[in-house]
Amino acid sequence: MSATQAARGPYSDVIRERWRRPRFRGELPGAGAVAEDVNPLCGDRVRLMLALEGERVSAARFVGDSCAICAASADVLAELVVGRSRAEALRVGAADLLAVLQADIRPTRMRCVTLPLSVLATALNGKR
Amino acid sequence: MRLDELTRPDFPILERVVNGHPLVYLDSAASSQRPRTVIEAMSQYYARSHANVHRSIHTLGEEATELYEAARDRVQRFIGAQHREEVIFTRGTTDGLSLLAETIGRTLRAGDEVLITELEHHSNIVPWQLATRDRGAVLKAVPLGDDGTLDLGAFERLITRRTRVVAFAHVSNVLGTINPVAGMCARARQAGAFSVVDGAQAAPHLSLDMCALDCDFYAFSAHKMLGPTGLGVLYGRRKVLEALEPGRGGSEMIKEVWIDRAQWNDLPWRFEPGTPPIAEAVGLSAAIEYLEKLGMDAVAEHERALTRQTLEGLAAIPGVRVYGPPASEARGAVVAFSVEGLHPHDVAALLDAEGIAVRAGHHCAMPLMRRLGVVGTSRASFSVFNSPEEVRHLLAAVGELRTAL
Ligand SMILES: Cc1ncc(COP(=O)(O)O)c(C=O)c1O
Repeated sequence: MSATQAARGPYSDVIRERWRRPRFRGELPGAGAVAEDVNPLCGDRVRLMLALEGERVSAARFVGDSCAICAASADVLAELVVGRSRAEALRVGAADLLAVLQADIRPTRMRCVTLPLSVLATALNGKR
Repeated sequence: MRLDELTRPDFPILERVVNGHPLVYLDSAASSQRPRTVIEAMSQYYARSHANVHRSIHTLGEEATELYEAARDRVQRFIGAQHREEVIFTRGTTDGLSLLAETIGRTLRAGDEVLITELEHHSNIVPWQLATRDRGAVLKAVPLGDDGTLDLGAFERLITRRTRVVAFAHVSNVLGTINPVAGMCARARQAGAFSVVDGAQAAPHLSLDMCALDCDFYAFSAHKMLGPTGLGVLYGRRKVLEALEPGRGGSEMIKEVWIDRAQWNDLPWRFEPGTPPIAEAVGLSAAIEYLEKLGMDAVAEHERALTRQTLEGLAAIPGVRVYGPPASEARGAVVAFSVEGLHPHDVAALLDAEGIAVRAGHHCAMPLMRRLGVVGTSRASFSVFNSPEEVRHLLAAVGELRTAL
């Protein structure tokens, strides 16, 4: 972890950038798979909308009322699943998100990273 | 000498450096820190005097019993209770309120009403949900006005002859609102209802007098008032306790037991089943001694000044909103605030990077959050060791937040 990163706690440059300028935030009209969930600890709410072409995720968007970590995680997840099959998308895990986010996330904030993953699982499976 | 200059050397944890900065602990409403005398009283107890209380006929058992019961006497004086039997040791505020909800709950009948308020902590909501649900009783809540105080007109309308319990916080853990306890308790009594006061945020900061408040029950936690975790106090008016069947059973609370029945012990032990938190009672006694040496009026004045400084300072920062009654009103030692465009958890994490500990989230008051129309807030809260410099540090750090992410 760099010195500047330590000064900002968990807020890596990637998280700051994704929070300020999300690439996948917004509505997705006509999405074929939609799910939403809440983190009971903090009240974070994330809704994920996916368009499917056959078995392939062709587009993804998210909306939500959440902290920067959760929003950045949802933004990265949306990017990672587009173009993948349903089964491949379901294999994206916390480690994949953390690899992109490049942040020092403590256990108390881990659920901020993983909330979008459980929303994705619900959207694609109808269960968590 | 300012109170914080006097007290800071007594709190070993304030020597901590957090993320490269000296710790600025502004989360005492969640749990305060302890002075060395409390830590030492507890370790001294464990090192020299520990044994189980009440049943042990040996020296250590007698010492432990004496210390435990002396703690009760100290609590009695501290809260201005008339009788020592009115002081029941519990595991905390939540435990005291649950004990009451279970105990009074058994006497509720279908259609009976329990009246709480919109600004309650979950500890003073959920136990009453369970109690009323199981008995077909009805749970109602006094709404909150836009000024952060209870709508007392609505309170008048909601209290009926079916009301059996009126349960409310002395001081809100989010808004800092100080409710008119004596008036509400008198109104409850007039209606034939028990008054139950959640004093978790009042006991650490205000001089308490059970006789003046004239409530039936009053609950608080040791860990928010410089004492240990795992211990609480439930005050109960003697006449009311005498008439109440215990809701929880076990050892200590009985005189004699047969297979099919038991005879209850005297007050207060009737409501203290099982081995109590003895070391914790010793610790609370030391905490009260510490607070009394400072003087509760001096404590209240010190914390009021910090609260006012924080309220006024935060309100002057663009994009920052503060919640609760204005700085000119009497308030508890908490300030909830939000920063435009930032989630409360990000606010807390960014402040933590500066060594500043504040609480963020729903503060166990989700109905209140809904009423305020927010997912959560950040909250700074104060204790005897906090200084005006620390508040200035907080204000400067919050001032930088909008460009931090
Ligand atoms: C107003 C209020 N009531 C009840 C509680 C619960 O206290 P405890 O967790 O010690 O039982 C708290 C503390 O969080 C509080 O602030």
